[in-house]
This record gives sequence, structure tokens and C-alpha cells, in this order.
Amino acid sequence: MRTRGMIRLAVILSIGGSASAALAASADDFKAAFAKAEAANEQAGTLKNQWTTTAQELKAAQAAAAAGKYDEAVKDAQQAEALANASIAQAKEQATAWKQAVVH
Amino acid sequence: MRRAVLLGLAMFTLAAPQILTATCHAADSINPQADFKAFRKYFTERFTNVPLNDFVNGPYSMDAGLRKQWLEIDAFPPYQFALDKGKEMFNTPFKNGKTYGDCFPNKGIGVRQDYPYFDTKSGEVITLDVALNQCREANGEKPFDYSKDDMAALTAYMAYTSRGKRFDIKIPDDPRALAAYEKGEEYFYTRRGQLNFSCASCHVQNPGGHLRTEVLAPALGIVAAMPIYRSEWGGMGTISRRFTSCNSQVRATPLKPEDELYRDVEYYLSYMSNGLPISGPGARP
Repeated sequence: MRTRGMIRLAVILSIGGSASAALAASADDFKAAFAKAEAANEQAGTLKNQWTTTAQELKAAQAAAAAGKYDEAVKDAQQAEALANASIAQAKEQATAWKQAVVH
Repeated sequence: MRRAVLLGLAMFTLAAPQILTATCHAADSINPQADFKAFRKYFTERFTNVPLNDFVNGPYSMDAGLRKQWLEIDAFPPYQFALDKGKEMFNTPFKNGKTYGDCFPNKGIGVRQDYPYFDTKSGEVITLDVALNQCREANGEKPFDYSKDDMAALTAYMAYTSRGKRFDIKIPDDPRALAAYEKGEEYFYTRRGQLNFSCASCHVQNPGGHLRTEVLAPALGIVAAMPIYRSEWGGMGTISRRFTSCNSQVRATPLKPEDELYRDVEYYLSYMSNGLPISGPGARP
């Protein structure tokens, strides 16, 4: 009975520990996520198709990191990367698709 | 913010090219004359009750109630202050004694309809705004900001002296001119921004429709009224200001004012408006 109790406690602690480890992002995590987002946004820039919302998320990520809120900063940077990738996909799709809209 | 992002992503994924009308088909090759005919036909057949010359009045050609308000407002036009300022600026000599008039054909009076033009020397589209800044720099003056009041005032005056004159935009026999036209056309029809709108989404596919309280202007003749006083802005705005604000509205990062691509778009739209009268400066809600 006592053994079972110990096992349960160990499982709970283990789950709790790994969950908190997964949530606690570091400054390095932020830097990596931000660099990826910035690279994607720069690529969108070469396609002349950046989105204002990407810039807003990048700014929010920087602000969160400056306040030491790295979980939030990583999340914002990842959001920025997703937006930048969507803008790249849009530009590539529209490179030929625009012709379908021309009045003829 | 997060909701806005998610909403935008959803729109990008779902909205896409479904708003196209049945009259839109793939363009196989660039043919400005054919584009012009099709463009004109599209608008005149869609809005049979709008006289051709009235398209230059933008949303007022689409909405009777708005038109009544505009006619009342125009008794004391909100662009009058800019017009007066522009006239004074235009006639005030530079430090070297020359004037803007010295830089333009016919001393700059009644020439708005010929802009933009393709400059075969530089290989670029030159808008009236760019020509004005070139004039300033050639005479030792600093260029004006393309989005601000001074440029709007000058172009307002030059447009005013050209009222009623008909757009006469030429595409010279130069592959670079055709390429500029094509780039302008491409930019105009390309969806951009998180909301996935092109210029054409509003001004070709949905003129006369509403974006909240705004009545969307038809693309045909849309540049004829520039520059404009916009109540929304509480002041005057140049074509550059209009393009950058349109981009921002669909959550696309705007280009720099008078960026080469913006000039190409103006070239394309002005060519599409050939034969329509200059009505600027204009007033819009």
C-alpha cells in the first residue's frame, strides 16, 4: 500500500516537473525563436509581401523578452514566424494566381 | 490581438480567390489596348446607369445618398485651403528665381492628364509628384514628403488647372514601359496582407459595395480625383497616401511612398482611365 502511494506521488511529481520544464522558456529559446521569425519575415520582405501583423508580433515578442517573460516571448515569436510563413505562401501563390482575376 | 491574428489567418485560408466574378479570366499575354477595352466594358456594362464621365466621382457615382451629401459639401469644398496654398506655392519662385512652371510643358498649367508618363531616359514611370520633386531638386530645393500636405497642395492646384481635360497616358514602344505597365497591373490584382485582399478585390469586384460605412469606388477613373480631402483623414492626401493606407487596411506592410511599384500601379490605373476627365482635387468621406 505504501509502495503504491510512493509510486503515485512519483508519477505526479514527474508529470508536474516535466510540464513546468516544458513551459519555462529561456532567453536562448526566445533568441532562437525570434531569429527564425525574423528570417521568415525578411524572406517575405524580399517578396515585397510583409504583413503588419507579423511586425506587431515581433514587437510583442521583444517586449515580453525585455520584461523577462520568455514563455510569452517565445509564443509571440512563433506566432510571428507562422504569420511570416503565411505571407510567403501567399506571395508564391499569387505570383501566378493574380492573372486569374484580371478583367477580360 | 490574438483574436485578430486568428481571424486573419482564417480569412487568408478560406476567403481566397472565390470572390472573382465570372467575367475574370486568365491573362495569357500583356496587351494594354485589349485590357483597356475589357476594363471599360466591364464597368460600363456592370453599371449601366452611371454615365461614363461620372466614374471619376468614385463612390458618388455609386450611391445616390452619398452623392447628395457630396454636392452639399462641395458648395464649400474642404480642399479649398489646400488649393489656395498650392496656387501660392506654385507661383512663388525658388531661391534661384525659377518656378515650378519652368519645369513643365505649358508652364505646368493644365497638364495633370499627361501624368504619369514613362521616361525613356531613366526607364521609369514618372508621376506628377515625382516630377514636382525632380523640379525642386533641379532648382536646389529639398524634396517634399510624398505623403504630406505640401505635395498634396501642389498637386491639388495642378489638378485643378486641368479639370475637364482627359487622361492621355501613353505607353511608348519600349519593352521597359510595357514591363512597368505589367508590374502595375500585377500589383493591382495581387492579393496581399493578412486579410488577403487585392486592390481589385474592392475596386473591381465590389465597387458600390460597403466596407463598414464606406462605399467602395470603382477602379475606372479612380485616380482622376487625386489628390483628395478625406474626412476620415481630416486632411488632404496624395495618391501615395491612398496606396499606403489601402495596404495597411488589409494588414500588408506598405511600400515607401512613390515606390517604383506604386508608380507602376498609378501608370496602369491612369492608362485604364484614358479618355476620362480630370476631376481633382476631390473630396471623399
